[in-house]
Formats: sequence, structure tokens, C-alpha cells
Amino acid sequence: MEKSKRGPDKHITRMHFQEKLVKTILQAFSAVSIFVTIGIVATLLWETLAFLREVSIFEFLFTTKWTPTLAPKHFGVLPIVVGTLMIALLSSIVSIPVGLGSAIYLSEFAPVRVRKIVKPILEILAGIPSIVYGFFALNFITPFLKGIFPQIEVFNALSAAIAVGIMTMPMVASLSEDAMRAVPKALREGAYALGATKLEVALNVVLPAAISNVISSFVLAISRAIGETMIVAIAAGANSTLTFNPLHSIQTMTGYMVNISMGDIQHGSVEYKTVFAVGLLLFLMTLLMNILARHIVSKYREEY
Amino acid sequence: MKGTYVEMENNISGSKNSSSNLKSRKLLSKVFEGFFFLAIAFGILMLVLLLTNVLKAGLGWLSLDFITSLPSRFPKKAGIYSALIGSIWVMGLTFLFSFPLGVGTAIYLEEYSDKKKWFNKMLQINIANLAGVPSIVYGILGLAVFVRLLAFERSILSGALTLALLILPVIIVSSQEALKAVPNELRHGSYALGVSKWLTITGVVLPYAMPGILTGTILAMSRAMGEAAPLIIVGAAGYIAFLPKSIMDSFTVLPIQIFNWTSRPQDEFQNIAAAGIIVLIALLLTANATAIFLRNKYEK
Repeated sequence: MEKSKRGPDKHITRMHFQEKLVKTILQAFSAVSIFVTIGIVATLLWETLAFLREVSIFEFLFTTKWTPTLAPKHFGVLPIVVGTLMIALLSSIVSIPVGLGSAIYLSEFAPVRVRKIVKPILEILAGIPSIVYGFFALNFITPFLKGIFPQIEVFNALSAAIAVGIMTMPMVASLSEDAMRAVPKALREGAYALGATKLEVALNVVLPAAISNVISSFVLAISRAIGETMIVAIAAGANSTLTFNPLHSIQTMTGYMVNISMGDIQHGSVEYKTVFAVGLLLFLMTLLMNILARHIVSKYREEY
Repeated sequence: MKGTYVEMENNISGSKNSSSNLKSRKLLSKVFEGFFFLAIAFGILMLVLLLTNVLKAGLGWLSLDFITSLPSRFPKKAGIYSALIGSIWVMGLTFLFSFPLGVGTAIYLEEYSDKKKWFNKMLQINIANLAGVPSIVYGILGLAVFVRLLAFERSILSGALTLALLILPVIIVSSQEALKAVPNELRHGSYALGVSKWLTITGVVLPYAMPGILTGTILAMSRAMGEAAPLIIVGAAGYIAFLPKSIMDSFTVLPIQIFNWTSRPQDEFQNIAAAGIIVLIALLLTANATAIFLRNKYEK
């Protein structure tokens, strides 16, 4: 390196200063993500507390009438929580078996050529925006279901849940497949040498070895379904009365937030604050599931 | 591996009894292979159905006029121009905010930070948690902070900042992966020549990691491009009959315009919604193809 005319010491001091400056700037960049979390928690809490000054926490969490925009106003969040859970549950009936089946096929059965074609297709499926799935639910899945259940409503939970299931399926498939492929070949070969069939190897050797990541992928898919918005906003309807019938129109927590934001709400009004209260509840539900997913991975990881 | 081992033994003791059950076990294996294949066939079938459904509904409505017209109450005259331009504005700004911030954070975490320190551990966990936060919650953050607190109103700036925060964790994580893949020998070689740390990063490490970083960024950007929920909360409008002139203008984007059309009962609006979806998917596929091309070109 060329020596600076002012002598090596000054040059090195300047270099050190520059290095330190760069490090400080980058550290500041990385602090932004901390501020995002603080921002999310703070804004949600702040407006929720304001909301709870007007509505008792008991009414919010434990009553079953949700009519924040219609007089007489009721603020029982349970109907839209039930709606959300219904979508999460029904969608997982599609995403988990189909996703896991695909993962097992890709990891244990598929010839290399098939894998090379199918994997990108799953990636495309995962990259399609949820608004498109919403359109698909409304214009294809619902008319299809009407052939089976003639009494089904135009907007209904089942159709939206199936679309959400199709959307979250590639995530289950790819996370589970990654986990199963990470199981060492030696384990499989040991089982084959003992006379096991492909199915026995897949279900009794590979799947148990990968189970922690597989189950965490299920939890993540359910968490995604809880937070999914546009599909339910389009296809599930806006009926906030409590129902457990998937053929009926329902409203989810996310669907409510979209509906109220499409209208003209006054800043500071109690309707405005409901968005934050419902948002906080949604945030806590998904956070809990994501922590659970990570916990499963770290606690039940198989070491090989 | 204890449980697995015992189960394996059970299998073997089962098969030892007679060789005649091998046939039925092999048959069972084939039957289940069929089931597993059906699962994947279901996924492919859904993609095919979805695409044909959209193409059938929208292709007839897709034309140059559709792309260059402003929205209208009359479906035959309606176009997607203002949403397309809105998307381009928002995506451009989102990139400007999220790319330096995301890559900078990744460089700090991979090249500078002491991973054993609690602060850096917390950073990493925090980023993982942020990646799992539903997009609509970012919309609420944007509404409270950018629209209200900083008084940017329902502008392109508010929308882009919101989306930038949304995809930030994705860019950070994929950039970290790309930086991890840079062989340490390259860094050591550079240090051995007396090059400083920062110059090593900009001159040696980043060029090597750039294809990976760009691939991740493109995928993150295409996710942002398809997002509607957070922007609806931030207050993007469903109907914008003019083109934005500055970042403080109100705006709409492709997914919101599509949502607006989808939620109208008339069949014709479903058709132009489908035409809009074709435009959106075409853009996303182009972006993804670019990402795959980049990955293949530089990943040798």
C-alpha cells in the first residue's frame, strides 16, 4: 500500500476512523429493524389502550356481537376471531395433507427429472399474489362448490379457506421437503438394507427424523392463514354475526380491517381504534404461532 | 434417533416372519406413492385451473387501450394505466428505501457483528419475528406512523415506506445467505494485500455476493408488488383517475385496482379484473424469470 505523504501514522488513523464510521453507520441501519418492532408494538398498544378506555376489555374479548359501525354499537370481537380460526382450520385441511404428500413424493419418490419440473411450479404457485387467489376463489371455487352444496352463499368461508389452503400449501411442501432431504442418506440405506420398502423408509425413517421442521411448517402455514387478508376480503364476505357454518358468509379479523379502511373513518373515532385493537390481537396470535414453530424446531430437532 | 431405530427394528421383525408379505408391502408402497403423487398433481392442477380461469375471463379484454386508459365507471372504457404507473412509483421508492437498508444490515450482521453478543442475537431473532408478521399489521404501522404521525398523508411516500419495512426482513435474510456463501479465502487474500475491511467488503465480498443479493431482492420486490392489504390500510384509493406527479400524491396500485374491480358484482368488472391480473402476473413472471436467470448465470 502506498504510504501517505503525511506519514503512515496519520494515514492509518484516518483509515481507522473511516472503518469505525462505516461500522457505526451499518449498525444504525440494523437498528432500524428493532425500531420497526418497537413501532409496531407501541402503535398497536397505544391505540388499543385508547380503545379500551371506551370499551371494556370484557365486552371486547368475551361477547359475541361485533357491530362497530352500526348503531347500537357492539364490540365483541369473538365472531371475527371465530371467522379467522375457521379459515385457519379449514385451510390447513387442504395445505397440510397436500403439502406433506407433495414433500414426501418430491423427497422420496420423484425421479430427478420430475423434481426439476415440479419444484419451479410450486415456486410459481407460492409467488402468485393473494389477490389472484381471491379472484380464483370467487370465480371458480365458489361456483364449483355450488354444484356440491346448492345452498352455499356467494360469499362463504369454505371457498376462501380452500384458496388460502392452496396458497399456503407450497410453503408446507418446500419447508418439509428441505427438512426431509436433509436427512442423511445413510439412514435410508440402512433401512433399505434391512429390507424396508420405499414407503416404510419414508414414513418410519425419514419423516420421524425430519418431524420437528415438518410440524413447524404446519404451524407456519396456519399462522400465514390467520394473517391472510385479500382472499378473505374478496371471497369470505362481510358477515360479522357469529356462525360456525363454513357455507355461510363470515368476516375475519383481517377482512374487517380491510372493510373498515375502504370506508371513510374519522381519525380518533372508536371505529378507527378498533383497527388497532383487532390488529394487536392478530399480531399476538401470529407471534405466538411463530414462536411456537421456532420452539418446536429447536426443542425436537434430531441430531445426526 | 432412538425412536426411529426401534421402529426400524419392528419393521424388520415384521418382515422376517414371512417373505410372502413383501409383495403386499411393496404394493402398499406403490399405492401410497400414488397418493403422494396425487398431492403434487393437485397443486399443479390448481395452478393450471387458476391460470386458465384468469386467461379465459381476461384475455379478451386485454388490449393496448386497456393498458393506456384511466379507470372508468364503464367497464368497456376502463383501463389500468393509473394503477400501473402508481405501482412503478411505489416500487421504485420501495427499492430505494429497502435495498440499502437491507443490504447494510446484512453486511453489519455477517461482516462486523460479534454473533455471540446479546444485542446481535436479539437483532437476528427480531428479524425472524418480523418476517412472520402479517402484512396487514405493517399497514397499521404505516397508518399510525407515516400517514398520521409524520403527516405524509395517504401518499405514495407513505405506501412505499410501509412496503419497504414489510420486505426489509426478506432482503436482510437473503442478503445474509449470499454473504455467508462468499468463501473466507477471498477475504483473507484481500486482507493479506493490506486492504482495509470496508474496501474488502465493497471490492471483493459484495461483487461476489451480488447475484444472490439481487435474486433475493427481486423476489422480495415481486412480493411487495402483489401486496394490497397494507396499502389499503395506509389508504391507497381504489379509484384514481389521474397520474401521480410527486411522491406526495395519492395513488393506487395494480392489486388494489384489481381488488376494486373484483368486489363489484357485474360480470364485466370481473373480466377487467382478470385482464388486470394478467398484466400483474406477466410483470411478476418477468421479474422472477430475471431472478432465476441471474442465479443461473452467476452461480457456477
